[in-house]
Amino acid sequence: MIVLLFLIPLAQLLGLIALGAFMWSLKRGQFDDLDGAAHRVLMDDDIEGEHER
Amino acid sequence: MAPFDYDSLVTHSEDGARRFEAAVEGMTCAACIGEIEAGLRDLPGLDHARVNYTNRRLALEWRDDAFDLASAFERLRLMGYTVRPFELAESEREEIETSRFLLRCLAIAGFAAMNIMLLSVGVWVGGDIDPSTRDLFHGVSALIALPAAAFAGKPFFKSAFTALRAGRLNMDVPISLGVLLALAMSVYETLTHAEHAYFDSATMLLAFLLLGRFLDHAMRRKTRAVAANLAALRAPLACRLSSDGAETVVPLVKIAPGDIVRVRPGERLPVDGVVATGASQLDESLVTGETKRRAVACGDQVYAGSMNYDGALTIRVEAANGATLLDDIERLLEKATNARSRYMRLADRVSRLYAPMVHLAALSTALFWLWRGASLHDALITAICVLIITCPCALALAVPAVQVVASGALFRAGVLLNSTDAIERLAEADTIVFDKTGTLTSPEPRVVNASGIDAGVIDLAARLARASRHPLARAVAQERPRAEPLEAREAHGQGVCAMVEGVEARLGSPAFCGLEDEAARLGALEDDLSLVAFRHGERRALFQIRQVLRSDAVETIAALQARGFVIEILSGDRIEAVEKIARALGLSAWSGGLKPAHKVARLEALRAEGRRVLMIGDGLNDAPALAAAYVSISPIDATQITQAAADAVFLGERLAPIVLTLDLARKARARMRENLALSVIYNLFAVPLAMAGWLTPLIAAAAMSGSSILVTLNALRAGASPLHLSPALRERAQLVALADSSGQKTRMEAAR
Repeated sequence: MIVLLFLIPLAQLLGLIALGAFMWSLKRGQFDDLDGAAHRVLMDDDIEGEHER
Repeated sequence: MAPFDYDSLVTHSEDGARRFEAAVEGMTCAACIGEIEAGLRDLPGLDHARVNYTNRRLALEWRDDAFDLASAFERLRLMGYTVRPFELAESEREEIETSRFLLRCLAIAGFAAMNIMLLSVGVWVGGDIDPSTRDLFHGVSALIALPAAAFAGKPFFKSAFTALRAGRLNMDVPISLGVLLALAMSVYETLTHAEHAYFDSATMLLAFLLLGRFLDHAMRRKTRAVAANLAALRAPLACRLSSDGAETVVPLVKIAPGDIVRVRPGERLPVDGVVATGASQLDESLVTGETKRRAVACGDQVYAGSMNYDGALTIRVEAANGATLLDDIERLLEKATNARSRYMRLADRVSRLYAPMVHLAALSTALFWLWRGASLHDALITAICVLIITCPCALALAVPAVQVVASGALFRAGVLLNSTDAIERLAEADTIVFDKTGTLTSPEPRVVNASGIDAGVIDLAARLARASRHPLARAVAQERPRAEPLEAREAHGQGVCAMVEGVEARLGSPAFCGLEDEAARLGALEDDLSLVAFRHGERRALFQIRQVLRSDAVETIAALQARGFVIEILSGDRIEAVEKIARALGLSAWSGGLKPAHKVARLEALRAEGRRVLMIGDGLNDAPALAAAYVSISPIDATQITQAAADAVFLGERLAPIVLTLDLARKARARMRENLALSVIYNLFAVPLAMAGWLTPLIAAAAMSGSSILVTLNALRAGASPLHLSPALRERAQLVALADSSGQKTRMEAAR
């Protein structure tokens, strides 16, 4: 059962990293405009000359 | 147009960055995000332009002095967007903070619940788990649960504490008690190496409740944001005249008593005050309900919200001195609002019954087991189990879940809710009182004889009308919304003229076009008729303009009557005008010539008869009545004070949203009751188990999540409506509502 002593902290650590990432993105305002984010991912504004149309 | 004074709305942060927010009108699809941001990207000095598509807002950030805000706005205007500067209201800022806080709590509770569940499943499944491993799992669970609950439970603990201190019981009291006792008992059990710990139930409960609360909050915030945008779009700007004669446009909040404000023909008065120079006719229907125009001259008292018809005015702004009409309205409003806050929500009524009942059940369980000879420890544990299982998770979700779904459905239909308990009160209404002017009739006057006039004449007249700002000309222009404006010369107070095909075309007063005789004949027949004359060589026409019923008023009234509502009209307008409308709608209960206080008195009388009145009105004079009624709705093109007093506002020209709102509210209320019944049934099964001492953590977890999910699923049915509007239709409804009658170019045209 020694393995539990490694696995439990490891599981918690992974969970904490995810929680930290969520808190960070919340603080950065990434949840402020969910509708916009859904559309922005489809935009081609990173392709040169595309918005010159 | 005078330059706008933007500086008053720019916020400066400590590191020298400047920020400006604006509501953007005309953003109809996701492509607009890219269009706006790319369009502004190359402006000198601008660091950041970011569109928030959810709120339809634009935030600009810059440090460099080279950046000129006015040029950014000019560029957006050329692209076809209307931009209105925007100051985030304190209340909205707080809402955003609360929303983030709830999301943070939810994340932590969710994290804790999942990780503890991971450990708990091990304990449940491994029946032959050795006691030291079980203690380790419980210990780790405690380490996660205690700090998580201390943080994520804050919203509940705080509210419960406030309620207890005020000597009341609300739903948060049994929630907090259940969570705290579950944690305390589990810690004690862990320390004494016992078999059962309830860390998973406590954290999962918090996660479920927080999810419900967050969604409820997010929906409300979204509605508020839209309402705030609309307020900014049709909003309080004023043209201030400084002592050297220069004009600047400033937000209304920056206007102080003693300032001089200029109002052009066709604009609404932004302030109360005394006419300093100029003379004009004012349409005060929004203020008093009276549709006949009042002539004002130097020295007359005028009120905000009146429409200026003929001449430019300058107005000296007055501080409220306690004697004006507006002050009366404020006073009535305050009184009425106080009277209504006594309403008790369904959920509160239930929790008032529920909380003492569960506490009593827990106490009697403990006493029963003691009497049966159980040890104090066992009796207490069983009592605490009763408190844990009765912790009203499903009950606390029962109402908010329906609320979220129903207000979402209303939002899509163009109805925005102002107050949280509006749905419940709307569902209880049995009598509807309408205001006339601006509510049953459309807010702007319309041409009523268009079918009798040659189409070519209307085309030309509409093009001429576009050149004028006169409100009657706008009614003519509305007949051809896509007409190209003509280069026309405006003859002050008379009309506009332009050369068309070598012949002069005129649009204006009958005298201006030489049509006095015909006009006199028509005017003698009806006195609420306004006339606009048109002449182009031999072609001539008289446009008859008046307040007309909204396009679906008759159908809406019929639909409401079919649903058993008692309908009445209370108006501030002249008795003859009200009678005509009432007859057209087939209503027998109506009264006219009422002052705001009379309307409130009539509503009080109806209340005394035991009626629950839904008041629908838009004018400034309706604001006290809206606040005094059991529940109220206001069209969104009304004044701000009215919007603030109403429980709900609706977009668009049509009255149909009222029927839809009432239907949805009744449906939502039925769902709420079903949900409450479901959670009571859940308790009927679970509580005896707990009282008998058979409760295990596994049963607690399954029963709680099961009932919560059941209640949430049932709530979803509240939104499934045959009247459901598609997003495209909603966009159109909003566009129609917002379309400025003075001829706004579409973006397609501007892009060319």
